[in-house]
Amino acid sequence: MNALKPHLIRLAPQFAVLVAVVLLISLAFPDFLKLQIQNGRVYGSLVDVLNRGAPVALLAIGMTIVIATRGIDLSVGAVMAICGAVAAASITSGHSLVYTLALALSVGLLCGLWNGILVAVLDIQPIIATLVLMVAGRGIAQLITEGAILTFNDPGLIFIGSGSFLGLPMPVIIWVVFGIAVTLLVRRTALGMLVEALGINRRASTLSGVSTGVLLIAAYVLSGLCAAIAGIIAAADIRGADANNAGLWLELDAILAVVVGGNSLLGGRFSIAASLLGALIIQSINTGILLSGFPPEFNLIIKAAIIVLILVVQSPRIRDLATWFGRSDSAEAAVKQEAK
Amino acid sequence: MNPRYVPLAATIAIFIAAYVLCVLQYPNMLSTRVIGNLLTDNAFLGIAAVGMTFVILSGGIDLSIGAVIAFTGVFIAVVLESTGLHPLVVFALALGIATLFGALMGAIIHHLEMPPFIVTLAGMFLARGMAFVLSIDSVPVKHPFYATMKAFYYRLPGGGRITLIGGLMLLVFAAGILIAHRTRFGANVYALGGGVQTARLMGVPVARTTIAIYAFSGLLAGLSGIVFSLYTSAGYSLAAVGVELDAIAAVVIGGTLLTGGSGFVGGTLIGILIMGLIQTYITFDGSLSSWWTKILIGLLLFGFILMQKGFLYLSKGGRRLA
Repeated sequence: MNALKPHLIRLAPQFAVLVAVVLLISLAFPDFLKLQIQNGRVYGSLVDVLNRGAPVALLAIGMTIVIATRGIDLSVGAVMAICGAVAAASITSGHSLVYTLALALSVGLLCGLWNGILVAVLDIQPIIATLVLMVAGRGIAQLITEGAILTFNDPGLIFIGSGSFLGLPMPVIIWVVFGIAVTLLVRRTALGMLVEALGINRRASTLSGVSTGVLLIAAYVLSGLCAAIAGIIAAADIRGADANNAGLWLELDAILAVVVGGNSLLGGRFSIAASLLGALIIQSINTGILLSGFPPEFNLIIKAAIIVLILVVQSPRIRDLATWFGRSDSAEAAVKQEAK
Repeated sequence: MNPRYVPLAATIAIFIAAYVLCVLQYPNMLSTRVIGNLLTDNAFLGIAAVGMTFVILSGGIDLSIGAVIAFTGVFIAVVLESTGLHPLVVFALALGIATLFGALMGAIIHHLEMPPFIVTLAGMFLARGMAFVLSIDSVPVKHPFYATMKAFYYRLPGGGRITLIGGLMLLVFAAGILIAHRTRFGANVYALGGGVQTARLMGVPVARTTIAIYAFSGLLAGLSGIVFSLYTSAGYSLAAVGVELDAIAAVVIGGTLLTGGSGFVGGTLIGILIMGLIQTYITFDGSLSSWWTKILIGLLLFGFILMQKGFLYLSKGGRRLA
């Protein structure tokens, strides 16, 4: 329990906000919390939030690692469109499901590799390096679908978007499992710590023997992989690949999820769980606004208000003020620590 | 040649080479009509890109301009529809709001010490959201003054027209060049781009300059919104999505370093013209699909970033030798 305590403290603000948002919505709409089981599937608004939030949650996993390296990946929306298009094109031309998935995922890895090489080897600012693929990516996706919306009927591929496993929708299972897998990968090994070191000071980590180039490329490759999975889910969900709209502006939502998760855009310490909670907070607000009958137009304004609020809280100036006011408390705490 | 001018020279050379190639294939592209349309069709993008050039020169970025353009357009259309105000008064109001909006973002960036990227991202959401709140539908502008302004153009020899908005873009570029190279504010912008700490030690009023830069970008985004509203005669909250990316691409293709501190407003004009030329070529060709525009602009962007890296590398290597 003691080992878990710092993690719980780290996640507490995000968790509190999520609970508050859900409570607020359920006060207005008691049905929000209702879950029912039909045909072996759980139905309800809460499951909906988990399900609709799947693409942003997946993108947020990769984005967290990229932002921890002091980078940013603007191309994830376009990569989603490319991978969705590749999956649809492959399945409609008669390839097997396994081949299709492998192909779409490797395209995502390739896109990530491209971004990673631009950032790590050519030393281009991450915003600009990933902007190239963001601009060109949708064109490439349209090239693959030839400008049309490619639809497909393969039951296997559709299952990924709308099937269910253990009573929960497949997208939920996928992002939860993938999130746990990545968290274990970075936290059970030294990788997470090395990524944080790289984000705080790349030169210092290089000098202390961390192969920062490989690590940076790996971060963007992971982000590409996340985008590929999200793209396959998005395409499978609507049973077609829409090169124009798949993943449109999701890169911004993913960045927002990471920021709401309390991760600094300046790199360093990161928490994937907090980013996932951030993604759920955003999705709950979206769903809440839809339920409340407020025009969905307010969605963007509320998002903007949230960003500004978080900016103010995270800002170095305010933090200085907070430490100044909280100095006596922390001094007391330090004394107590020593007494132990 | 002064290494400062090399990226600009490369941009101009590419533009001329591309234009010559286009003309060799389609001799009609040399007509003044094509040139006039190139200016008119890219007027709103060009005006917004001037503001973006200043922001990037100072080492920042402004993601909100597309949303501000849409907001201005919807604001003008809605106000004209529901009140009897003269369009010129409404334009002044819109410019005021856009400038204030930019100044507010600049103030947040400076005083809260937050990255411009995320602050202007919030601005983008806010402006787009405000546009949605004003109206979800496309609102047509039927004021007779719009027809008067549209009928106003300068006829070039050969039948080409420099329309009011095309001419306005050229004027904004001229003003931008003057401000960047002939005023104290311009010098301060370059100094900020070279390094905030250095600029502060040199005595540059960092707070005032940062706020002014984003206010200027907001003002030009508002002007661009007015031009867009004249161009389309309507206000639509989903209009001008992604214009900020096109503007950034034009600035980079125009030879401005994304790290700030080096570049030219005039280069951005050439960047806009290169992007417009690609579009025109694809229209002339007829068989190429529109998505090639995106891929070509992406490739061009990549090529220019690589070239800039190469120049930086060379100039550093040269200094080390010396």
